[in-house]
Amino acid sequence: MTDRSNAAVLVLPQAGTVGARKILPMLLWVAALAIPTFAPGYTPLASQIVVMILFALSLDLLVGFTGIVTLGHAALFGAGAYTAGIMALRLTNDPLITALSGMAVAALVGLVTGSCMLRTKGLAFLVLSLAAAFMLHELANMATSVTGGDDGLQGVSFAPLLGVFEFDFRGQTAFYYSLACLFAAFLLVRRVVNSPFGWSLRGIRENDGRMRAIGCPIYRRRLAAYVISSALAGLAGALQAQITQFVALRSLSLELSGDVLIMLILGGAGRLYGAFVGVPLFMFAQDLLAKEDPANWYLGQGVILLVMTLFVPGGVLGLVERVRRSLGRGGRR
Amino acid sequence: MSGSAPILETRGLTRFFGPVRVTGDVDFTLHPGERRAIIGPNGAGKTTFVNLLSGRLAPSSGQVFLGGENVTAMSEARRIKLGLGRTFQITSLFPNLSVRKNVFLAVAEHEGVAWNLFRSAASHRRQFDRVDELLDRVGLSDVAEVPAQDLPYGRQRLLEIAVTLALRPRVLLLDEPAAGIPTSESHIILSILDTLPKDIAVLLIDHDMDLVFRFAQRITVLVQGSVMVEGTPAEIAANERVRKIYLGESDHAAA
Ligand SMILES: Nc1ncnc2c1ncn2[C@@H]1O[C@H](COP(=O)(O)OP(=O)(O)OP(=O)(O)O)[C@@H](O)[C@H]1O
Ligand SMILES: [Mg+2]
Repeated sequence: MTDRSNAAVLVLPQAGTVGARKILPMLLWVAALAIPTFAPGYTPLASQIVVMILFALSLDLLVGFTGIVTLGHAALFGAGAYTAGIMALRLTNDPLITALSGMAVAALVGLVTGSCMLRTKGLAFLVLSLAAAFMLHELANMATSVTGGDDGLQGVSFAPLLGVFEFDFRGQTAFYYSLACLFAAFLLVRRVVNSPFGWSLRGIRENDGRMRAIGCPIYRRRLAAYVISSALAGLAGALQAQITQFVALRSLSLELSGDVLIMLILGGAGRLYGAFVGVPLFMFAQDLLAKEDPANWYLGQGVILLVMTLFVPGGVLGLVERVRRSLGRGGRR
Repeated sequence: MSGSAPILETRGLTRFFGPVRVTGDVDFTLHPGERRAIIGPNGAGKTTFVNLLSGRLAPSSGQVFLGGENVTAMSEARRIKLGLGRTFQITSLFPNLSVRKNVFLAVAEHEGVAWNLFRSAASHRRQFDRVDELLDRVGLSDVAEVPAQDLPYGRQRLLEIAVTLALRPRVLLLDEPAAGIPTSESHIILSILDTLPKDIAVLLIDHDMDLVFRFAQRITVLVQGSVMVEGTPAEIAANERVRKIYLGESDHAAA
Protein backbone atom coordinates (compact mmCIF):
# COMPACT_ATOMS: atom_id res chain seq x y z
CA MET A 1 0.00 0.00 0.00
CA THR A 2 2.80 2.35 0.80
CA ASP A 3 5.48 1.28 -1.64
CA ARG A 4 7.65 3.62 -3.60
CA SER A 5 5.39 3.16 -6.63
CA ASN A 6 2.23 3.81 -4.69
CA ALA A 7 3.77 6.69 -2.82
CA ALA A 8 4.29 8.26 -6.21
CA VAL A 9 0.63 7.78 -6.95
CA LEU A 10 -0.28 9.45 -3.70
CA VAL A 11 1.88 12.40 -4.47
CA LEU A 12 0.49 12.73 -7.96
CA PRO A 13 -3.22 12.04 -7.73
CA GLN A 14 -4.41 11.35 -11.24
CA ALA A 15 -7.90 9.92 -11.20
CA GLY A 16 -7.38 8.34 -14.62
CA THR A 17 -4.24 6.40 -13.82
CA VAL A 18 -5.36 5.15 -10.42
CA GLY A 19 -8.46 3.72 -12.10
CA ALA A 20 -6.46 2.29 -14.99
CA ARG A 21 -4.35 0.37 -12.52
CA LYS A 22 -7.42 -1.60 -11.50
CA ILE A 23 -9.46 -1.68 -14.67
CA LEU A 24 -6.77 -2.68 -17.13
CA PRO A 25 -5.97 -6.00 -15.42
CA MET A 26 -9.67 -6.78 -15.17
CA LEU A 27 -10.13 -6.16 -18.88
CA LEU A 28 -7.19 -8.45 -19.58
CA TRP A 29 -8.75 -11.29 -17.60
CA VAL A 30 -12.07 -10.86 -19.41
CA ALA A 31 -10.35 -10.65 -22.79
CA ALA A 32 -8.51 -13.88 -22.02
CA LEU A 33 -11.84 -15.62 -21.42
CA ALA A 34 -12.89 -14.71 -24.94
CA ILE A 35 -9.91 -16.26 -26.72
CA PRO A 36 -11.49 -19.66 -27.50
CA THR A 37 -14.54 -17.90 -28.94
CA PHE A 38 -12.84 -15.27 -31.04
CA ALA A 39 -9.50 -16.85 -31.85
CA PRO A 40 -10.10 -20.61 -31.59
CA GLY A 41 -6.96 -21.37 -33.56
CA TYR A 42 -4.85 -19.80 -30.84
CA THR A 43 -6.42 -21.64 -27.93
CA PRO A 44 -3.67 -24.28 -27.54
CA LEU A 45 -0.95 -21.61 -27.70
CA ALA A 46 -2.90 -19.51 -25.21
CA SER A 47 -3.02 -22.47 -22.82
CA GLN A 48 0.75 -22.82 -23.09
CA ILE A 49 1.11 -19.16 -22.28
CA VAL A 50 -1.22 -19.41 -19.32
CA VAL A 51 0.77 -22.31 -17.88
CA MET A 52 4.03 -20.46 -18.33
CA ILE A 53 2.56 -17.36 -16.68
CA LEU A 54 1.62 -19.49 -13.70
CA PHE A 55 5.15 -20.86 -13.62
CA ALA A 56 6.70 -17.39 -13.88
CA LEU A 57 4.31 -16.08 -11.22
CA SER A 58 5.52 -18.79 -8.84
CA LEU A 59 9.07 -17.68 -9.55
CA ASP A 60 8.17 -14.05 -8.90
CA LEU A 61 7.37 -14.91 -5.31
CA LEU A 62 11.03 -15.91 -4.93
CA VAL A 63 12.91 -13.59 -7.26
CA GLY A 64 10.76 -10.49 -7.06
CA PHE A 65 9.33 -10.57 -3.59
CA THR A 66 11.92 -12.43 -1.52
CA GLY A 67 15.09 -11.72 -3.47
CA ILE A 68 15.95 -15.40 -3.97
CA VAL A 69 17.34 -15.86 -7.48
CA THR A 70 17.24 -19.48 -8.59
CA LEU A 71 18.37 -21.28 -11.72
CA GLY A 72 16.66 -24.50 -10.76
CA HIS A 73 13.00 -23.63 -10.73
CA ALA A 74 12.29 -26.17 -13.47
CA ALA A 75 13.04 -28.92 -10.94
CA LEU A 76 9.75 -28.07 -9.26
CA PHE A 77 7.82 -27.64 -12.50
CA GLY A 78 9.17 -31.00 -13.64
CA ALA A 79 8.33 -32.62 -10.32
CA GLY A 80 4.72 -31.57 -10.81
CA ALA A 81 4.66 -32.65 -14.46
CA TYR A 82 6.17 -36.09 -13.82
CA THR A 83 3.95 -36.67 -10.80
CA ALA A 84 0.83 -35.97 -12.84
CA GLY A 85 2.10 -38.01 -15.80
CA ILE A 86 3.24 -41.03 -13.82
CA MET A 87 0.06 -41.06 -11.75
CA ALA A 88 -2.06 -40.92 -14.89
CA LEU A 89 -0.28 -43.94 -16.30
CA ARG A 90 -0.30 -45.99 -13.11
CA LEU A 91 -2.82 -44.80 -10.53
CA THR A 92 -5.54 -42.42 -11.52
CA ASN A 93 -5.97 -39.97 -14.35
CA ASP A 94 -8.35 -37.64 -12.61
CA PRO A 95 -7.11 -34.13 -13.47
CA LEU A 96 -7.75 -32.55 -10.10
CA ILE A 97 -6.28 -35.35 -8.03
CA THR A 98 -3.16 -35.49 -10.19
CA ALA A 99 -2.80 -31.72 -10.18
CA LEU A 100 -3.05 -31.58 -6.40
CA SER A 101 -0.57 -34.44 -6.14
CA GLY A 102 1.76 -32.61 -8.47
CA MET A 103 1.58 -29.59 -6.18
CA ALA A 104 2.16 -31.70 -3.10
CA VAL A 105 5.16 -33.53 -4.53
CA ALA A 106 6.70 -30.29 -5.80
CA ALA A 107 6.13 -28.69 -2.39
CA LEU A 108 7.86 -31.64 -0.78
CA VAL A 109 10.78 -31.46 -3.21
CA GLY A 110 10.94 -27.73 -2.48
CA LEU A 111 10.90 -28.37 1.26
CA VAL A 112 13.71 -30.93 1.08
CA THR A 113 15.98 -29.12 -1.38
CA GLY A 114 15.10 -25.70 0.06
CA SER A 115 15.94 -26.67 3.61
CA CYS A 116 19.48 -27.46 2.48
CA MET A 117 19.99 -24.73 -0.10
CA LEU A 118 18.45 -21.84 1.82
CA ARG A 119 21.22 -22.00 4.39
CA THR A 120 23.14 -20.10 1.72
CA LYS A 121 22.24 -17.07 -0.31
CA GLY A 122 23.26 -15.13 -3.39
CA LEU A 123 25.72 -16.83 -5.70
CA ALA A 124 26.12 -19.93 -3.52
CA PHE A 125 22.37 -20.43 -3.60
CA LEU A 126 22.27 -19.91 -7.35
CA VAL A 127 24.87 -22.62 -7.89
CA LEU A 128 23.19 -25.03 -5.49
CA SER A 129 19.82 -24.54 -7.17
CA LEU A 130 21.45 -25.33 -10.48
CA ALA A 131 23.09 -28.43 -9.07
CA ALA A 132 19.85 -29.69 -7.49
CA ALA A 133 18.00 -29.28 -10.78
CA PHE A 134 20.77 -31.06 -12.67
CA MET A 135 20.58 -33.99 -10.30
CA LEU A 136 16.82 -34.28 -10.63
CA HIS A 137 17.15 -34.05 -14.40
CA GLU A 138 19.74 -36.83 -14.43
CA LEU A 139 17.63 -38.94 -12.12
CA ALA A 140 14.66 -38.67 -14.47
CA ASN A 141 16.93 -39.39 -17.42
CA MET A 142 18.20 -42.63 -15.87
CA ALA A 143 14.97 -43.96 -14.38
CA THR A 144 13.67 -44.86 -17.84
CA SER A 145 11.20 -47.46 -16.61
CA VAL A 146 9.31 -44.84 -14.64
CA THR A 147 9.93 -41.65 -16.56
CA GLY A 148 10.48 -42.84 -20.11
CA GLY A 149 13.95 -41.31 -19.97
CA ASP A 150 14.86 -39.26 -22.98
CA ASP A 151 11.59 -40.11 -24.76
CA GLY A 152 9.53 -38.64 -21.97
CA LEU A 153 6.11 -39.87 -20.96
CA GLN A 154 4.03 -40.34 -24.07
CA GLY A 155 0.30 -40.69 -24.45
CA VAL A 156 -0.66 -39.55 -21.00
CA SER A 157 -4.39 -39.02 -21.17
CA PHE A 158 -6.59 -37.60 -18.48
CA ALA A 159 -10.21 -38.24 -17.53
CA PRO A 160 -12.77 -35.48 -18.08
CA LEU A 161 -12.46 -32.58 -15.70
CA LEU A 162 -14.89 -33.02 -12.78
CA GLY A 163 -16.13 -36.04 -14.72
CA VAL A 164 -17.89 -33.71 -17.18
CA PHE A 165 -15.55 -31.68 -19.39
CA GLU A 166 -13.51 -33.74 -21.83
CA PHE A 167 -10.08 -32.51 -22.81
CA ASP A 168 -11.19 -31.83 -26.41
CA PHE A 169 -8.86 -31.61 -29.40
CA ARG A 170 -9.53 -27.87 -29.81
CA GLY A 171 -8.18 -27.36 -26.33
CA GLN A 172 -11.10 -25.40 -24.89
CA THR A 173 -11.37 -27.33 -21.66
CA ALA A 174 -7.61 -27.23 -21.25
CA PHE A 175 -7.63 -23.48 -21.70
CA TYR A 176 -10.43 -22.61 -19.30
CA TYR A 177 -9.08 -25.08 -16.78
CA SER A 178 -5.57 -23.64 -16.82
CA LEU A 179 -6.91 -20.09 -16.82
CA ALA A 180 -9.01 -20.90 -13.75
CA CYS A 181 -5.93 -22.35 -12.03
CA LEU A 182 -3.89 -19.28 -12.94
CA PHE A 183 -6.58 -16.99 -11.60
CA ALA A 184 -6.76 -18.89 -8.32
CA ALA A 185 -2.98 -18.86 -8.03
CA PHE A 186 -2.91 -15.16 -8.80
CA LEU A 187 -5.44 -14.40 -6.06
CA LEU A 188 -3.41 -16.50 -3.65
CA VAL A 189 -0.11 -14.83 -4.49
CA ARG A 190 -1.70 -11.41 -4.28
CA ARG A 191 -3.07 -12.23 -0.83
CA VAL A 192 0.26 -13.55 0.32
CA VAL A 193 2.36 -10.63 -0.89
CA ASN A 194 -0.02 -8.15 0.74
CA SER A 195 -0.01 -9.98 4.06
CA PRO A 196 2.42 -9.27 6.90
CA PHE A 197 4.21 -12.44 5.80
CA GLY A 198 4.58 -11.06 2.29
CA TRP A 199 5.81 -7.73 3.61
CA SER A 200 8.39 -9.52 5.69
CA LEU A 201 9.61 -11.25 2.53
CA ARG A 202 10.14 -7.83 1.01
CA GLY A 203 11.96 -6.82 4.15
CA ILE A 204 14.25 -9.81 3.68
CA ARG A 205 14.81 -8.84 0.07
CA GLU A 206 15.65 -5.27 1.04
CA ASN A 207 17.86 -5.94 4.04
CA ASP A 208 18.04 -9.39 5.58
CA GLY A 209 20.51 -8.23 8.21
CA ARG A 210 17.99 -5.77 9.56
CA MET A 211 15.21 -8.36 9.44
CA ARG A 212 17.35 -10.57 11.64
CA ALA A 213 17.87 -7.70 14.03
CA ILE A 214 14.12 -7.26 14.45
CA GLY A 215 13.78 -10.90 15.38
CA CYS A 216 12.70 -12.40 12.06
CA PRO A 217 13.55 -16.08 11.62
CA ILE A 218 14.90 -15.48 8.13
CA TYR A 219 15.62 -19.08 7.29
CA ARG A 220 12.16 -20.36 8.09
CA ARG A 221 10.50 -17.38 6.45
CA ARG A 222 12.41 -17.90 3.22
CA LEU A 223 11.77 -21.63 3.34
CA ALA A 224 8.03 -21.01 3.64
CA ALA A 225 8.14 -18.77 0.59
CA TYR A 226 10.14 -21.42 -1.23
CA VAL A 227 7.62 -24.14 -0.48
CA ILE A 228 4.65 -22.02 -1.59
CA SER A 229 6.47 -21.13 -4.78
CA SER A 230 7.36 -24.78 -5.32
CA ALA A 231 3.75 -25.88 -4.98
CA LEU A 232 2.64 -23.34 -7.58
CA ALA A 233 5.46 -24.34 -9.94
CA GLY A 234 4.36 -27.95 -9.45
CA LEU A 235 0.80 -27.00 -10.35
CA ALA A 236 2.06 -25.38 -13.54
CA GLY A 237 3.99 -28.54 -14.37
CA ALA A 238 1.01 -30.77 -13.73
CA LEU A 239 -1.17 -28.56 -15.94
CA GLN A 240 1.44 -28.76 -18.66
CA ALA A 241 1.31 -32.57 -18.53
CA GLN A 242 -2.47 -32.53 -18.62
CA ILE A 243 -2.99 -30.14 -21.49
CA THR A 244 -0.22 -31.51 -23.71
CA GLN A 245 -0.74 -35.14 -22.65
CA PHE A 246 3.01 -35.46 -22.63
CA VAL A 247 5.87 -35.00 -20.21
CA ALA A 248 9.28 -34.25 -21.67
CA LEU A 249 12.66 -34.28 -20.00
CA ARG A 250 12.82 -30.61 -20.96
CA SER A 251 10.37 -29.87 -18.16
CA LEU A 252 13.27 -30.42 -15.75
CA SER A 253 15.92 -28.67 -17.80
CA LEU A 254 18.22 -25.75 -17.16
CA GLU A 255 16.88 -24.30 -20.40
CA LEU A 256 13.40 -24.06 -18.92
CA SER A 257 14.73 -22.61 -15.65
CA GLY A 258 16.59 -19.99 -17.63
CA ASP A 259 13.65 -19.21 -19.91
CA VAL A 260 11.23 -18.63 -17.07
CA LEU A 261 13.71 -16.37 -15.31
CA ILE A 262 14.19 -14.31 -18.46
CA MET A 263 10.43 -14.11 -18.98
CA LEU A 264 9.98 -12.76 -15.48
CA ILE A 265 12.81 -10.26 -15.74
CA LEU A 266 11.48 -9.15 -19.11
CA GLY A 267 8.04 -8.40 -17.67
CA GLY A 268 9.30 -7.02 -14.36
CA ALA A 269 9.96 -9.02 -11.19
CA GLY A 270 8.24 -8.14 -7.93
CA ARG A 271 5.23 -6.58 -9.60
CA LEU A 272 2.67 -9.39 -9.63
CA TYR A 273 1.79 -8.68 -13.27
CA GLY A 274 5.36 -9.01 -14.54
CA ALA A 275 4.79 -12.66 -15.42
CA PHE A 276 1.67 -11.72 -17.36
CA VAL A 277 3.60 -9.28 -19.52
CA GLY A 278 6.91 -11.09 -19.83
CA VAL A 279 5.70 -14.54 -20.83
CA PRO A 280 3.66 -13.54 -23.90
CA LEU A 281 6.35 -11.10 -25.02
CA PHE A 282 9.01 -13.76 -24.70
CA MET A 283 6.96 -16.39 -26.50
CA PHE A 284 6.03 -14.09 -29.36
CA ALA A 285 9.63 -13.02 -29.78
CA GLN A 286 10.70 -16.64 -29.71
CA ASP A 287 8.09 -17.54 -32.30
CA LEU A 288 9.15 -14.68 -34.53
CA LEU A 289 12.89 -15.23 -34.34
CA ALA A 290 13.12 -19.00 -34.20
CA LYS A 291 10.95 -19.45 -37.26
CA GLU A 292 13.82 -19.10 -39.67
CA ASP A 293 16.73 -20.30 -37.62
CA PRO A 294 16.78 -21.39 -33.96
CA ALA A 295 20.20 -19.77 -33.69
CA ASN A 296 18.53 -16.40 -34.22
CA TRP A 297 16.52 -17.02 -31.12
CA TYR A 298 19.53 -17.73 -28.94
CA LEU A 299 21.03 -14.50 -30.13
CA GLY A 300 17.72 -12.71 -29.57
CA GLN A 301 17.52 -14.08 -26.04
CA GLY A 302 21.01 -12.81 -25.35
CA VAL A 303 20.12 -9.38 -26.62
CA ILE A 304 16.94 -9.27 -24.54
CA LEU A 305 18.87 -10.18 -21.40
CA LEU A 306 21.57 -7.65 -22.09
CA VAL A 307 19.16 -4.82 -22.79
CA MET A 308 16.95 -5.65 -19.81
CA THR A 309 19.73 -5.82 -17.26
CA LEU A 310 21.63 -2.81 -18.56
CA PHE A 311 18.84 -0.43 -19.51
CA VAL A 312 15.52 -1.65 -18.15
CA PRO A 313 16.21 -3.18 -14.74
CA GLY A 314 12.56 -3.08 -13.71
CA GLY A 315 11.37 -4.94 -16.81
CA VAL A 316 8.65 -3.70 -19.12
CA LEU A 317 6.34 -2.85 -16.22
CA GLY A 318 9.11 -0.96 -14.49
CA LEU A 319 9.66 1.00 -17.66
CA VAL A 320 5.97 1.82 -17.99
CA GLU A 321 5.92 3.02 -14.42
CA ARG A 322 8.95 5.22 -14.89
CA VAL A 323 7.56 6.80 -18.04
CA ARG A 324 4.24 7.44 -16.34
CA ARG A 325 5.89 8.97 -13.34
CA SER A 326 8.00 11.32 -15.40
CA LEU A 327 4.95 12.25 -17.49
CA GLY A 328 3.06 12.92 -14.27
CA ARG A 329 5.84 15.16 -12.97
CA GLY A 330 6.07 16.98 -16.28
CA GLY A 331 2.32 17.52 -16.31
CA ARG A 332 2.32 19.05 -12.86
CA ARG A 333 5.07 21.52 -13.53
CA MET B 1 20.78 -0.25 41.36
CA SER B 2 23.26 -2.98 42.11
CA GLY B 3 20.71 -4.58 44.39
CA SER B 4 18.77 -6.02 41.46
CA ALA B 5 19.97 -8.91 39.31
CA PRO B 6 21.76 -7.78 36.13
CA ILE B 7 19.67 -7.83 32.96
CA LEU B 8 22.76 -8.13 30.79
CA GLU B 9 26.11 -9.57 31.73
CA THR B 10 29.27 -10.70 30.00
CA ARG B 11 32.03 -12.84 31.47
CA GLY B 12 35.47 -12.91 29.92
CA LEU B 13 34.06 -11.92 26.57
CA THR B 14 36.78 -12.10 23.93
CA ARG B 15 36.82 -11.85 20.18
CA PHE B 16 39.68 -12.17 17.73
CA PHE B 17 39.73 -11.08 14.11
CA GLY B 18 42.58 -13.20 12.87
CA PRO B 19 45.45 -12.48 15.24
CA VAL B 20 43.94 -9.20 16.42
CA ARG B 21 42.11 -9.22 19.74
CA VAL B 22 39.29 -6.75 19.19
CA THR B 23 37.41 -7.58 22.38
CA GLY B 24 39.56 -8.59 25.31
CA ASP B 25 38.24 -10.38 28.35
CA VAL B 26 35.36 -8.01 29.02
CA ASP B 27 33.33 -8.44 32.21
CA PHE B 28 30.36 -6.16 31.97
CA THR B 29 27.07 -5.83 33.81
CA LEU B 30 24.02 -3.78 33.10
CA HIS B 31 21.06 -3.56 35.48
CA PRO B 32 17.39 -2.96 34.70
CA GLY B 33 16.69 0.73 34.32
CA GLU B 34 20.35 1.64 34.06
CA ARG B 35 21.52 4.40 31.73
CA ARG B 36 25.02 3.46 30.67
CA ALA B 37 27.39 4.83 28.08
CA ILE B 38 30.41 3.25 26.47
CA ILE B 39 33.04 5.58 25.12
CA GLY B 40 36.39 4.92 23.54
CA PRO B 41 38.52 5.98 20.60
CA ASN B 42 37.78 4.90 17.04
CA GLY B 43 38.48 1.23 16.55
CA ALA B 44 38.33 0.52 20.29
CA GLY B 45 35.92 -2.34 19.62
CA LYS B 46 32.65 -0.72 20.69
CA THR B 47 30.64 -1.89 17.69
CA THR B 48 32.20 -5.32 17.92
CA PHE B 49 31.11 -5.48 21.55
CA VAL B 50 27.53 -4.62 20.56
CA ASN B 51 27.66 -7.28 17.83
CA LEU B 52 28.79 -9.84 20.39
CA LEU B 53 25.96 -8.86 22.71
CA SER B 54 23.32 -8.97 19.99
CA GLY B 55 24.50 -12.26 18.53
CA ARG B 56 25.59 -10.90 15.19
CA LEU B 57 29.09 -12.08 16.02
CA ALA B 58 30.09 -15.15 18.00
CA PRO B 59 32.74 -14.63 20.66
CA SER B 60 36.06 -16.45 20.51
CA SER B 61 35.57 -17.13 24.20
CA GLY B 62 33.50 -15.93 27.12
CA GLN B 63 29.77 -15.77 27.73
CA VAL B 64 26.81 -13.46 27.40
CA PHE B 65 23.87 -13.61 29.82
CA LEU B 66 20.53 -12.00 29.19
CA GLY B 67 18.12 -11.87 32.10
CA GLY B 68 20.27 -14.46 33.84
CA GLU B 69 20.09 -16.88 30.91
CA ASN B 70 23.23 -17.91 29.02
CA VAL B 71 22.52 -16.76 25.46
CA THR B 72 26.05 -17.18 24.09
CA ALA B 73 24.99 -19.86 21.62
CA MET B 74 21.65 -18.28 20.84
CA SER B 75 20.79 -16.75 17.47
CA GLU B 76 20.30 -13.07 16.99
CA ALA B 77 16.57 -13.50 16.36
CA ARG B 78 16.09 -15.48 19.60
CA ARG B 79 17.92 -12.84 21.64
CA ILE B 80 15.60 -10.22 20.19
CA LYS B 81 12.66 -12.28 21.40
CA LEU B 82 14.22 -12.27 24.87
CA GLY B 83 14.14 -8.49 24.91
CA LEU B 84 17.35 -7.29 23.32
CA GLY B 85 17.12 -4.46 20.80
CA ARG B 86 19.92 -2.72 18.97
CA THR B 87 20.41 0.04 16.43
CA PHE B 88 23.19 0.20 13.90
CA GLN B 89 26.01 2.69 13.66
CA ILE B 90 25.58 2.61 9.90
CA THR B 91 21.87 3.05 9.26
CA SER B 92 20.23 -0.25 8.43
CA LEU B 93 16.72 0.17 7.08
CA PHE B 94 14.48 -1.08 4.28
CA PRO B 95 15.34 1.64 1.78
CA ASN B 96 12.54 1.19 -0.77
CA LEU B 97 9.79 0.70 1.77
CA SER B 98 7.90 3.57 3.31
CA VAL B 99 8.71 4.83 6.78
CA ARG B 100 5.48 3.29 8.09
CA LYS B 101 6.26 -0.07 6.53
CA ASN B 102 9.73 -0.03 8.03
CA VAL B 103 8.27 0.26 11.50
CA PHE B 104 5.39 -2.08 10.75
CA LEU B 105 7.80 -4.91 9.91
CA ALA B 106 9.30 -4.62 13.38
CA VAL B 107 5.93 -4.34 15.11
CA ALA B 108 4.67 -7.36 13.17
CA GLU B 109 7.64 -9.49 14.21
CA HIS B 110 7.34 -8.37 17.80
CA GLU B 111 3.60 -8.97 18.07
CA GLY B 112 3.82 -12.31 16.31
CA VAL B 113 1.64 -11.46 13.30
CA ALA B 114 4.44 -11.74 10.76
CA TRP B 115 3.48 -15.33 9.97
CA ASN B 116 0.02 -14.18 8.97
CA LEU B 117 -0.25 -15.25 5.32
CA PHE B 118 -3.80 -14.54 4.39
CA ARG B 119 -4.89 -11.35 6.13
CA SER B 120 -3.85 -8.15 4.45
CA ALA B 121 -1.17 -6.25 6.31
CA ALA B 122 -3.07 -3.00 5.81
CA SER B 123 -5.97 -4.35 7.88
CA HIS B 124 -3.78 -4.81 10.97
CA ARG B 125 -5.22 -1.75 12.67
CA ARG B 126 -3.87 -2.34 16.14
CA GLN B 127 -0.34 -2.77 14.83
CA PHE B 128 -0.59 0.34 12.68
CA ASP B 129 -1.83 2.34 15.66
CA ARG B 130 1.36 1.36 17.38
CA VAL B 131 3.39 2.24 14.27
CA ASP B 132 1.85 5.69 14.22
CA GLU B 133 2.43 6.14 17.93
CA LEU B 134 6.13 5.30 17.44
CA LEU B 135 6.47 7.63 14.47
CA ASP B 136 4.90 10.33 16.56
CA ARG B 137 7.37 9.69 19.34
CA VAL B 138 10.40 10.15 17.05
CA GLY B 139 8.77 12.96 15.09
CA LEU B 140 8.44 11.25 11.72
CA SER B 141 4.66 11.33 11.30
CA ASP B 142 4.87 13.88 8.51
CA VAL B 143 6.96 11.57 6.32
CA ALA B 144 5.16 8.31 7.13
CA GLU B 145 4.52 7.45 3.47
CA VAL B 146 7.94 8.43 2.15
CA PRO B 147 10.40 5.68 1.17
CA ALA B 148 13.07 5.44 3.86
CA GLN B 149 15.87 6.14 1.42
CA ASP B 150 14.37 9.51 0.53
CA LEU B 151 14.67 10.82 4.09
CA PRO B 152 17.59 13.05 4.99
CA TYR B 153 20.21 11.04 6.83
CA GLY B 154 19.46 12.60 10.19
CA ARG B 155 15.84 11.52 10.00
CA GLN B 156 16.88 8.05 8.89
CA ARG B 157 18.74 7.86 12.20
CA LEU B 158 15.46 8.55 14.00
CA LEU B 159 13.69 5.88 11.95
CA GLU B 160 16.47 3.49 12.91
CA ILE B 161 15.57 4.12 16.54
CA ALA B 162 11.82 3.81 15.95
CA VAL B 163 12.29 0.41 14.27
CA THR B 164 14.19 -0.84 17.30
CA LEU B 165 11.80 0.68 19.86
CA ALA B 166 9.00 -1.20 18.08
CA LEU B 167 10.47 -4.36 19.58
CA ARG B 168 9.79 -3.09 23.13
CA PRO B 169 13.30 -4.08 24.22
CA ARG B 170 14.18 -4.59 27.87
CA VAL B 171 17.77 -3.85 26.93
CA LEU B 172 18.40 -1.22 24.31
CA LEU B 173 21.80 -0.99 22.63
CA LEU B 174 22.35 2.24 20.71
CA ASP B 175 25.45 2.30 18.52
CA GLU B 176 26.19 5.97 17.87
CA PRO B 177 22.55 7.00 17.39
CA ALA B 178 23.56 10.63 17.00
CA ALA B 179 26.13 9.99 14.26
CA GLY B 180 24.83 11.94 11.29
CA ILE B 181 22.62 14.19 13.40
CA PRO B 182 23.95 17.74 13.79
CA THR B 183 25.33 18.25 17.32
CA SER B 184 22.87 21.08 17.80
CA GLU B 185 20.04 18.56 17.41
CA SER B 186 21.38 15.62 19.35
CA HIS B 187 19.08 16.61 22.21
CA ILE B 188 16.28 15.04 20.11
CA ILE B 189 17.85 11.68 20.87
CA LEU B 190 17.83 12.46 24.58
CA SER B 191 14.21 13.49 24.56
CA ILE B 192 13.27 10.29 22.74
CA LEU B 193 15.16 8.26 25.31
CA ASP B 194 13.31 10.16 28.02
CA THR B 195 10.02 8.73 26.76
CA LEU B 196 11.18 5.16 27.41
CA PRO B 197 9.83 3.21 30.37
CA LYS B 198 12.20 3.66 33.30
CA ASP B 199 12.90 -0.05 33.75
CA ILE B 200 14.53 -0.41 30.33
CA ALA B 201 18.29 -0.69 30.46
CA VAL B 202 19.93 1.53 27.87
CA LEU B 203 23.48 1.24 26.62
CA LEU B 204 24.57 4.22 24.57
CA ILE B 205 27.71 4.44 22.48
CA ASP B 206 28.65 7.84 21.20
CA HIS B 207 31.54 10.16 20.51
CA ASP B 208 29.45 13.21 21.41
CA MET B 209 30.69 13.79 24.97
CA ASP B 210 28.03 16.35 25.64
CA LEU B 211 25.34 13.80 24.85
CA VAL B 212 27.10 11.05 26.77
CA PHE B 213 27.62 13.07 29.93
CA ARG B 214 24.07 14.33 29.97
CA PHE B 215 22.65 10.87 29.41
CA ALA B 216 24.69 8.42 31.43
CA GLN B 217 24.56 7.44 35.08
CA ARG B 218 27.70 5.41 34.56
CA ILE B 219 30.31 5.37 31.81
CA THR B 220 32.51 2.53 30.67
CA VAL B 221 35.70 3.42 28.80
CA LEU B 222 36.80 0.84 26.26
CA VAL B 223 40.34 0.99 24.91
CA GLN B 224 41.80 -1.55 22.55
CA GLY B 225 39.00 -3.95 23.27
CA SER B 226 39.31 -3.93 27.06
CA VAL B 227 37.59 -1.99 29.80
CA MET B 228 40.04 0.64 30.96
CA VAL B 229 37.86 2.20 33.61
CA GLU B 230 34.24 2.45 34.64
CA GLY B 231 32.55 5.03 36.82
CA THR B 232 30.17 7.93 37.21
CA PRO B 233 30.45 10.78 34.72
CA ALA B 234 32.23 12.87 37.35
CA GLU B 235 34.77 10.12 38.01
CA ILE B 236 35.38 9.60 34.29
CA ALA B 237 35.75 13.30 33.65
CA ALA B 238 38.36 13.49 36.40
CA ASN B 239 40.28 10.40 35.30
CA GLU B 240 43.82 11.18 34.17
CA ARG B 241 44.19 8.26 31.77
CA VAL B 242 40.87 9.01 30.09
CA ARG B 243 41.81 12.62 29.63
CA LYS B 244 45.13 11.58 28.17
CA ILE B 245 43.45 9.34 25.62
CA TYR B 246 40.93 11.94 24.62
CA LEU B 247 43.34 14.82 24.54
CA GLY B 248 46.18 12.86 22.96
CA GLU B 249 44.08 10.69 20.73
CA SER B 250 46.29 11.16 17.67
CA ASP B 251 49.33 10.13 19.71
CA HIS B 252 47.50 7.06 20.82
CA ALA B 253 46.46 6.08 17.31
CA ALA B 254 50.01 6.43 16.11
CA ALA B 255 51.33 4.19 18.87
N1 LIG C 1 34.70 -7.99 10.40
C1 LIG C 1 35.93 -7.54 10.77
N2 LIG C 1 37.03 -8.17 10.35
C2 LIG C 1 38.25 -7.73 10.73
N3 LIG C 1 38.46 -6.69 11.52
C3 LIG C 1 37.40 -6.02 11.99
C4 LIG C 1 36.06 -6.41 11.62
N4 LIG C 1 35.21 -5.57 12.23
C5 LIG C 1 35.95 -4.69 12.91
N5 LIG C 1 37.26 -4.97 12.78
C6 LIG C 1 38.35 -4.24 13.42
O1 LIG C 1 38.16 -4.31 14.81
C7 LIG C 1 38.50 -3.09 15.42
C8 LIG C 1 37.33 -2.58 16.23
O2 LIG C 1 36.28 -2.19 15.36
P1 LIG C 1 34.91 -1.62 15.89
O3 LIG C 1 34.09 -1.30 14.71
O4 LIG C 1 34.34 -2.54 16.88
O5 LIG C 1 35.38 -0.28 16.61
P2 LIG C 1 34.51 0.91 17.19
O6 LIG C 1 34.98 1.14 18.57
O7 LIG C 1 33.07 0.67 16.98
O8 LIG C 1 35.00 2.11 16.28
P3 LIG C 1 34.20 3.44 15.82
O9 LIG C 1 34.24 4.39 16.95
O10 LIG C 1 34.99 3.93 14.66
O11 LIG C 1 32.83 3.02 15.45
C9 LIG C 1 38.92 -2.16 14.32
O12 LIG C 1 40.33 -2.15 14.27
C10 LIG C 1 38.35 -2.77 13.09
O13 LIG C 1 39.18 -2.49 11.97
MG1 LIG D 1 31.59 1.56 15.97
